[in-house]
Amino acid sequence: MPRGYAGKFADIDLTTGRITETKFSDEVLRQYVGGRALAAKILWDRLGEKWEKVDPLGPENILLVLTGPMTCYYPGARVCVTGKSPQSNGIIASTVATEVAMELKTAGYDGLIISGKAKSPVYILVTDNKVEIKDAKHIWGKNGQQTLRAVTKETREELQKRLKKRGLQKEPAVLYIGPAGDNKSRIAAVMVKWAHGCGYGGYGGVMGSKNLKAIAVKGSGPMPDVADWSKVRELIDRVYEFCFANDGMRRWGTGAAGYSVGAETSSEPVRNWQEEWHDERSYGVDKFERKVWAKRYWGDQGCPTTCEKLSVVREGPLKGAITDNPDYETQAYAGTNLGIFQPEGDVYVNAAIENAGLCGIQGGNILGFAGELYQRKILTKKDIGFDLKWGDPKAFAALAEKIGRREGIGDILAEGTYRAALKISKMKGVDVTKYAVQAKGVAIGAHGTRSGMDYVTPIAYTCSVQSGDHTSPAAWTPEGPRGELSWGFTDTAVICLFNAMPVPESVQFEFYKAVTGWELTPEKWYGEIALRMVAMQRAALLIGGPDAKWKPADDENPPRFYEPLPSGPKKGQTTDKAKVAELKRKYYEAVGWDEKGIPRSSTLKKLGLESVDKALEKVRK
Amino acid sequence: MRDYRQCSGCRTCEVACSLYHEGKIWPEASRIRVFMLVPGAEVPHLCAQCHDYPCLKSCPVDAISWDEKLGRVLVDKKKCISCSKCITACPGNVPFLHPGDNKATICNLCDGDPQCVKICLRGRWNTLWTVPRTPSFNYRLYAKKPDQVTKELAENLYGSQRAKELT
Repeated sequence: MPRGYAGKFADIDLTTGRITETKFSDEVLRQYVGGRALAAKILWDRLGEKWEKVDPLGPENILLVLTGPMTCYYPGARVCVTGKSPQSNGIIASTVATEVAMELKTAGYDGLIISGKAKSPVYILVTDNKVEIKDAKHIWGKNGQQTLRAVTKETREELQKRLKKRGLQKEPAVLYIGPAGDNKSRIAAVMVKWAHGCGYGGYGGVMGSKNLKAIAVKGSGPMPDVADWSKVRELIDRVYEFCFANDGMRRWGTGAAGYSVGAETSSEPVRNWQEEWHDERSYGVDKFERKVWAKRYWGDQGCPTTCEKLSVVREGPLKGAITDNPDYETQAYAGTNLGIFQPEGDVYVNAAIENAGLCGIQGGNILGFAGELYQRKILTKKDIGFDLKWGDPKAFAALAEKIGRREGIGDILAEGTYRAALKISKMKGVDVTKYAVQAKGVAIGAHGTRSGMDYVTPIAYTCSVQSGDHTSPAAWTPEGPRGELSWGFTDTAVICLFNAMPVPESVQFEFYKAVTGWELTPEKWYGEIALRMVAMQRAALLIGGPDAKWKPADDENPPRFYEPLPSGPKKGQTTDKAKVAELKRKYYEAVGWDEKGIPRSSTLKKLGLESVDKALEKVRK
Repeated sequence: MRDYRQCSGCRTCEVACSLYHEGKIWPEASRIRVFMLVPGAEVPHLCAQCHDYPCLKSCPVDAISWDEKLGRVLVDKKKCISCSKCITACPGNVPFLHPGDNKATICNLCDGDPQCVKICLRGRWNTLWTVPRTPSFNYRLYAKKPDQVTKELAENLYGSQRAKELT
């Protein structure tokens, strides 16, 4: 058995209730590692031939919860959640920090492969080498905090009963969905704790479509053996050293960018991206720290960085709001993007978004989109049910709740920015797609391309196989394609990007070898495994369906990213269209895709992807 | 010593403990176990080394002894009959039966150099630290059940109203 892996995946068919075990050969694991790349393989093997017809919100879709070989050895636990995305109709691998990863591996599973649809609401309970499907009718419809409380209590009591003699039992780790997930929203997240989530992709809606409210996991065994424990111990210590030295990140988390990305790099969404600059000092991380932080360092299993914070509004009209962080993305999307520049307001809207079970980025994006339509009098008080003025946390929070319940206008907005824009354009007879800041169905992360001063290149979102995902941006360099090919390693080994960034890639590859016993070189990763991963994701994205399909012309930034910046240090500047075209050409070439961005036959054959090549024939026509 | 409010919930202490005692990563065998019954209210749960050692008194086979020099309780696994009496005798239900050998398991302060404390201070979380042993009854105050500690911490963090809804 390969080292670092538990050796089996639980295959759960919710329609029949049948639970089996799936194992992969060493050869497959060497080629696909785990997480994102292995997910692409599983999805292609099982759904590839009928991809176009698979409804992401239908029982035929497969929901994957995967670890990787390095998960929970490399400091900082994480799982990768994926399937066919109801946002892009491709494959978006979304990862989240959670104890679920450790619990899965110590329960004897590398991941869960969930298919079908339960007759009535259920949750899955995983314990040592055992998977059970439990009734969740009484939890269905509950908001995020209520759901987490109910599942944690119920499953812990059950384990306490079973293992009474062993002593006090710790709580199982839980993945869950809120009302947005129950109601199959395309922008619902798979949630963890208060506000972490797998947001990109819309897998909360996929869980909801399967009548699956939560997944609770508790293992009690040791982590699987590794190739070389003494080397792993030494490397854990080195990773600690790098992460402990990453002081700014530890102290402030990505929240430090809440002021700097607005003020310095001028690339933060302000009022649905109408601006990308602000110099609002009330919105600095120092204000969050003093006014709302309840914990300075907060983190998930094994994390040396603990960049998360915990925020609570203790008094005033917004009293009682609780959220993780807010990190930079949620400071931007539930704050500046809605014209909110007070920490308390941001925490309040975030708490509403996560209680509804929405993704912080997709949710904040659609709220901003609705805000702009209200500003332009395209959506009115009558459409929304109340006034939706920039800077009003209560109004935006109320709209988040409506989206979660699919109530009134919330029903349209629950479809996500891309689809809602099409529907509202039709309904109102005005083209509102130009206000939709999204790429191929996925709302864009809170880093704009216009100022050219942020880390995202002009093709970050246009060429990414995960579309708007700011943690998977495409990038071309003279050394070759990087961006999502580099960061894709963390999604595949399933480790945290923020515990990997301060650590040299060579140390990460060394870590992989100490765990698995298998050599990994940059040539093998960039020239083979990563290329295979993006080619499979790209092919799935191009085939798409059933509701939306993408043409080569859709490899574009949203229209707003070509409007001149109205303010800030780069006033008047915009994304250079010619540069986008040039970089796109170079990128396609570098990853072995043709001038339209379709993976070439020769590339796919070299990577051993003949079936993917065959499936792409209809796209090439 | 411990300060619950500082705990980041990162559980690097569990990793350090199990690597030291088990030679591998094994959170459920870690002598320090972090409970997270409500997110934010993390409770690092470990032996408080009470002055009156109720666990020792409860053991029917004298498997538990007191090491005067290092101020710690020791379990003789060969003698232990897995009866769980020490668990119920402990006011905090701290001991547990090891998931591997099914024997009572209690923190032994790593022979004077506790690994959990080491990593917690190195990572600047400062939740755990050691103090010289004094004949104080106060150690026993930390022998509390995690459910109770969670409720109190949640009130401190979230206010009594919200705490009631969340715990």
